[in-house]
Amino acid sequence: MPVNVETVIFFLLAAMAIGAAVGLLLSRNAVHSALFLVLNFAVVSVFFLFLAAPFIAMVQVTVYAGAIMVLFLFVIMLLGAELLRGGASGRWHSALAVVLAAGFVGVLGYVAFFSGIAPEALPNVDAGFGGPQLLGMDLFQTYLLPFELTSLLLLVAMIGAVVLTRDARTRSAAGPGARP
Amino acid sequence: MTPTDFNAILPILVLAGYGCVLLLVDLLVPEHRKRITAWLALLGLAAAALGHVAWPAGGRLVAFGGMLVADGYALFFNLLFLGSAALTVLLAFNYLPRTGLERGEFYVLLLFTVLGMMLMGQAADLIVVFLALELLSIPLYILSGLARSRPSSEEAALKYFLLGAFSSAFLVYGIALVYGATGSTNLELVLAAANGGNPRLALLLAGVGLVLVGLGFKVAAVPFHMWTPDVYDGAPSVVTAFMSVGAKAGGFAALLRIFVVAFPDLAGQWGFVAAVIAALTMILGNFAAIAQSNIKRMLAYSSIAHAGYILMGLAAASAAGASLREFAVGAALFYLAAYTVTNLGAWAVVMAVERADSGTASTGLNLSDYAGLGWRRPGLALAMALFMLSLTGVPPTIGFVGKFYVFRAALDAGYLWLALIGVLTSLASAYYYLRIVIIMYMQEGQPVTVSRPALNFAVAVTALATFLFGILPGPLMSAATNAVMGFAR
Repeated sequence: MPVNVETVIFFLLAAMAIGAAVGLLLSRNAVHSALFLVLNFAVVSVFFLFLAAPFIAMVQVTVYAGAIMVLFLFVIMLLGAELLRGGASGRWHSALAVVLAAGFVGVLGYVAFFSGIAPEALPNVDAGFGGPQLLGMDLFQTYLLPFELTSLLLLVAMIGAVVLTRDARTRSAAGPGARP
Repeated sequence: MTPTDFNAILPILVLAGYGCVLLLVDLLVPEHRKRITAWLALLGLAAAALGHVAWPAGGRLVAFGGMLVADGYALFFNLLFLGSAALTVLLAFNYLPRTGLERGEFYVLLLFTVLGMMLMGQAADLIVVFLALELLSIPLYILSGLARSRPSSEEAALKYFLLGAFSSAFLVYGIALVYGATGSTNLELVLAAANGGNPRLALLLAGVGLVLVGLGFKVAAVPFHMWTPDVYDGAPSVVTAFMSVGAKAGGFAALLRIFVVAFPDLAGQWGFVAAVIAALTMILGNFAAIAQSNIKRMLAYSSIAHAGYILMGLAAASAAGASLREFAVGAALFYLAAYTVTNLGAWAVVMAVERADSGTASTGLNLSDYAGLGWRRPGLALAMALFMLSLTGVPPTIGFVGKFYVFRAALDAGYLWLALIGVLTSLASAYYYLRIVIIMYMQEGQPVTVSRPALNFAVAVTALATFLFGILPGPLMSAATNAVMGFAR
């Protein structure tokens, strides 16, 4: 791989993204975790910029780093669940998890570095690639079916949120004959 | 949308539209008359089944730029999903009001999860497989938590959701690696790119492995089975009944299609892995089931074990030669149908014995609650005995025929050791299945049971199918064989 400015920036950003992901997992304060996630999303959006996909990068920032994270922080603070209590899983569990995760990383590392897959130069893209117009064409023509399925998925998730939180009527309908 | 697209997606379209309308109509149905919603849901399932007339008989439609196919394989699975959903509605008919869980959304969510399952069978693109898996799973997560007043149900929903999301991540990662190695997510194009020595073989294999892990979670294969006993135990029985057959069949529908259609050239690699997973699943499922005293947990481990027998079909589908592969896939299809019928019947009996409407301490879910059932409810006990024999794989039941075909497929593919493990674990499983029969007929007891027309009808239908297809497997077997005609190339 030729060493140029882009490569250096890529590895710096990659280290930041991984560091943020590790920080998300390790911090004991849920708000800190959420902020680490914001950092991770922001770095990933820069990756999209590098890949000549400015629209996706903007969506990543506005939707994920913006709207969804605000919601996360709001819920965390509303529930007062900032501080995690001590881990419930034992030492044995975390040791096993570390071993398995290391094995997984080892396999992927082998695939990436030793299996003879050479990194290839990215092909040049057409003008307008990654812009809203071409993306819209793709979304509503080639990927029409997955797009519509996603909307159905969101509908189902919404029904679920209502079913699982609407409480009073369930309780009263259950009545004294309900199972304890 | 071209006419081909429309025809191929018609059953799904009908179900999706019907589900949305039912959601609105349900608002007009008074709280104490939710039966109406149940009847309407049955009507919707029937309408979706009728939608298949748009498919050419024995032909094959490729729609949405190769994302969706409508072939005999998908038809077999779609009818299996619609049929088991219809039986589930019959089971829910009395069970939900009895347990105080009756809500119109149950039926709507049931329709949507069936939609996801049908897409699993029809998907010919990994992106659609992923979305179908989510559409299948999310309603099931919600339904597991339907009895939220019980902490175990809440726990089941959360556990299923967290582990399900975790497994989805594996699947997406796998799909991304496959895309990286082949440049496409379309199964046909993946096949073309993987054919004749892909330069990025290691990347492709890593992707294939992760896809196997992601779908292995859904079908409850060892070592990805951890969630199964708790979720099956905690969820309301009617949900568990449907989950144990529908989610499993849905997972296998995608698993078989992806591996046999897109990765036949890597069969040497995944075939052995699938065989090892199948062996572990059969061994662990059957031996852990022996130790259970709660019928729901016992059936949960039994469900894990049966995933192993079906995986044996997948392992056999790695054989060289298209006809052997097709035979193996056909055997897996037959086994899935046999398992669906038998298992739904067994769960129907569990619901008949489950004591949901009394405030007593006993839940009617312990094996000892079945004592004396043979004398108190001879018909119900006979049906249960038949289901247990079928799950064991004893003739003359459908379960025997299913095991016979799967074992033969494994032998034809050269997996003698796998078939031997299958036979030995089936023998071991007789211990816990027949224990129920012994408890029902040889122990004294005063079982409290429920007898309602819809429930009895469901038990009768499944028992009849278990028996009749056990002595006359021909029609079902030829349906499975026709379904896989030209499937493997």
